[in-house]
Amino acid sequence: MKLYRSHVLVCGGTGCHSSGSAGIIDAFQAELKKHNLEDEIKLVSTGCFGLCAVGPVVVVYPEGAFYSGIKAEDVPRIVEEHLLKGRIVNDLLYHDHAKAEDVVSTLDEVEFYKKQKRMALRNCGVINPEKIEEYIAFDGYKALARVLTEMTPMDVINEIKASGLRGRGGAGFPTGLKWEFARKAPGDKKYVCCNADEGDPGAFMDRSLLEGDPHSILEAMAIAGYAIGSDQGYIYVRAEYPIAVKRLTIAIEQAKELGLLGKNIFGTDFSFDIELRLGAGAFVCGEETALMRSIEGKRGEPTPRPPFPAVKGVFAKPTLLNNVETYANIPQIILNGAEWFSQVGTEKSKGTKVFALGGKINNTGLVEVPMGTTLREIIYDIGGGIPNGKKFKAAQTGGPSGGCIPAEHLDTPIDYDSLAKIGSMMGSGGLIVMDEDNCMVDIARFFLDFTVDESCGKCPPCRIGTKRMLELLDKITSGNGEEGDIEKLEELGNNIKASALCGLGQTAPNPVLSTIMYFRDEYEAHIKEKRCPAGVCRNLLRYVISSDLCRGCGLCTKVCPVSAISGERKAPHIIDPDKCIKCGACAEKCPFHAITKG
Amino acid sequence: MKSIQELEQIKQRTLQEVNLRKDRKGTRVVVGMATCGIAAGARPVLLAFVEEVQKRNLQDITVTQTGCVGVCRLEPIVEVYKPGEEKVTYVKLTPEKAKRIVAEHIVNGQVVTEYTIGAAEK
Ligand SMILES: Cc1cc2nc3c(=O)[nH]c(=O)nc-3n(C[C@H](O)[C@H](O)[C@H](O)COP(=O)(O)O)c2cc1C
Ligand code: SF4
Repeated sequence: MKLYRSHVLVCGGTGCHSSGSAGIIDAFQAELKKHNLEDEIKLVSTGCFGLCAVGPVVVVYPEGAFYSGIKAEDVPRIVEEHLLKGRIVNDLLYHDHAKAEDVVSTLDEVEFYKKQKRMALRNCGVINPEKIEEYIAFDGYKALARVLTEMTPMDVINEIKASGLRGRGGAGFPTGLKWEFARKAPGDKKYVCCNADEGDPGAFMDRSLLEGDPHSILEAMAIAGYAIGSDQGYIYVRAEYPIAVKRLTIAIEQAKELGLLGKNIFGTDFSFDIELRLGAGAFVCGEETALMRSIEGKRGEPTPRPPFPAVKGVFAKPTLLNNVETYANIPQIILNGAEWFSQVGTEKSKGTKVFALGGKINNTGLVEVPMGTTLREIIYDIGGGIPNGKKFKAAQTGGPSGGCIPAEHLDTPIDYDSLAKIGSMMGSGGLIVMDEDNCMVDIARFFLDFTVDESCGKCPPCRIGTKRMLELLDKITSGNGEEGDIEKLEELGNNIKASALCGLGQTAPNPVLSTIMYFRDEYEAHIKEKRCPAGVCRNLLRYVISSDLCRGCGLCTKVCPVSAISGERKAPHIIDPDKCIKCGACAEKCPFHAITKG
Repeated sequence: MKSIQELEQIKQRTLQEVNLRKDRKGTRVVVGMATCGIAAGARPVLLAFVEEVQKRNLQDITVTQTGCVGVCRLEPIVEVYKPGEEKVTYVKLTPEKAKRIVAEHIVNGQVVTEYTIGAAEK
C-alpha cells in the first residue's frame, strides 16, 4: 500500500455535494496530475464535516488546514501553493467569527468544534466511506470480532444496558432493554431493522451518518443480530437519499466480499445478512409499525400496539428496530466499555446527541454534543449566534412532534427528561432556531400543515382533529380569530394526544400547545388586536407611512406595483390599505425609512 | 473473514495510509519547497524521504513542506522535529543524503552532524 505525504479530504456529504464538491474533486484530480503529484498526495471524498454553512469544505493533512467555501477556481492555488510549495493559502482558510483575530485555522482550532464531542460522528469527515479498509484501520469491525469470539449474547445485552444508551430516534427508550425483549421473545426467525427514514423537516443527522460512516451501522446491526439471535437485517432508508443509498450499497458489497457479512463470520457459526428497503418518503413510515408494514411490501400504515415489534414485527416475527444514530454508538460501547460511554452525559441521558442546526443561526450544520449541554451553548458557542444582530426568540426541537423552547429556558440542559419537562422533546435531532422576525402562530401552523399532509388517515382523531386545528390556525392568522379559539385549540389538542392511534397523531398537537404555552400573547394579539407582532401574517399586515419622516420624494409611488400610494410632491404620502398587496417594495425603497409594518 | 488476525492484517496495512489523519504526534520532516528550494532540487529530496519512510514502514512520521526558510544558498533545506528534542536543520541535501538521515537520525536517533547547518556554516 502506498504512503502519501499529504491527504486532501473533500467533503462529499449532501450539503457540500449540492454546493459543488464534485467539481472540486475533478479539479483536484486534474491539478494533481498536472503537477505530477498524484503519487504523493491522496485525494479522499469523505462524509459530512458538519459545518455545512461554509461548504464546500476541504481539509489538508498533515497540517489539518481547514479551507471553506472552496470553488473549483481555487483549486489550482491550493495545489500549487500548499501542496507543492507548502504555503497554506491563508485567504481561503475558514474565518472564525467567534474568535477575535478572525483568522484560523486548523480543524481543531475552529470554535465550532471545540465544545463538540464526536462519538457517533467520529469517522465522518475522516475516512473515505467507500473504502472498508479505512473503516477497519480506525478499529472498524473489531467490536464485532470481540462480540463473536469473546462474549455471549447476554454479555452484549448487559454491556449495552450498563452503558445507559437510549434510542436516538425520538422516544428515548433504553436500547439494552429493547434488545433483551427481542432476545427473550420466542421464535426461530428474528429480524434486525434500522430506521433510516428520517422524515422530520430540517433533519439530516442520519443521512450524514449513513453517507459518512455506513460500515458502523452494518457492524452494529450484525452485533445486534448476534445479541438477539437473528440472521437477517433490513435498513429502511428513504429513496430521496441517493448518496446514502449508494454508499450503503457499496458498504454491504464490500463487507460481504471480506466475509464480514454472510456465512460463518470470523469462523464462528454466526451468519448475518443485510438488505436495503427503500422508502418513498412518507413521514408516517418512520413510525415503527408502519415501517415494518412497508418493509413487508404492504401499505405503510400503523397498527395498534401491543403486540410490540419485539414480539410480533416484520412478517409477524420478533423484530428489533433501532435508529441509525443509536446503532452508530454500539461498536464504540463494545470497544471502550459501558463505563466509558456512561461517563458522558447526564444521570438519565448518557452519551452524546447529534443535532442538525438550522433556521436563524450563523453556523447551520451538524453538531454533536454531550447530553446535558445547554441550548445556549449550542446556539451561541457552537452555532455562532443569530445572524444580523437579531434577538433569539425560540428554538424548536423534535420537529413536527416536538415543541418550542423560549429564551427563558436557554439554560436548560438538553436531555430527554429536561426537554419533556418544559413541554418539548428531544426528537430525532432537528433544531430550528427562530428570531424576533418569526411569528410563533405561523410556525405552529407550518408544522401542523405538515402533519395534516402526512397523516395516513387511518384513525379519526388524527385525520379529522388535526385538520380542525389547522382550520382554527388559518382563521387566526388570516385575521378572523375569535375569543375562545385558543381554548378550542387546547381542548382539541389534548384530546387528539390522548386518542390517536400512532405517534404521529399523538404528537401532532405539540407545536401548537407549546407555542400557546409560551407565546399566548402572540395568539391574543392576532385574535383581539388583529395584529401580527412579528409582521409575518400577511392578512394582518399593514404598511404605514410616518407623516413625520416622509419627505414626499415620490419614490414609493414608482415602485408600488398596484399604485396603492398617493400624495403631493414634498408632502407626506399615504397607502390605500384596500389596494395594498403587502409586497413591501415601498418599505425597502424609502430612503428615509418612513414606511414600516404597522 | 475467517479470523481476527485477518482483520488485524487489513488494519495494519491501511493504518499507514490513514495515520496522517489520526494524530499528529511523532516526528515531522519539513522540506523547504519555495521556488528557491524547488530550483535547488528539493522535490527529489522530498520524494526520497517519503520513499524511505514507506520502505521502512515507519509509523508516526509526517513529511511536509514549507516555504522559503531564508537561506536560499543552502537549499534544499530540511528540518527534522522529533518530539522533545531540538529541531535539527539539514542543508544542501540530495536524495542520497536524505536516505542516510532517515536511517541514522530518524530511526537510530543519531544526528548526521556533517549535513547540519552548523557544519555548513563553519
Ligand atoms: C410519525 C413518526 C415518525 C418517526 N420517524 C422516525 C424516523 O424518521 N427515524 C427514526 O429513527 N425514528 C422515527 N420514529 C420513531 C420510531 O417509531 C422508533 O421509535 C425508533 O425508530 C426506535 O429506534 P430507537 O429506539 O433507536 O430510537 C418515528 C415515530 C413516529 C411516530
Ligand atoms: S394517528 Fe394519524 S398517522 Fe397515526 S394511524 Fe392515526 S391517522 Fe394514521
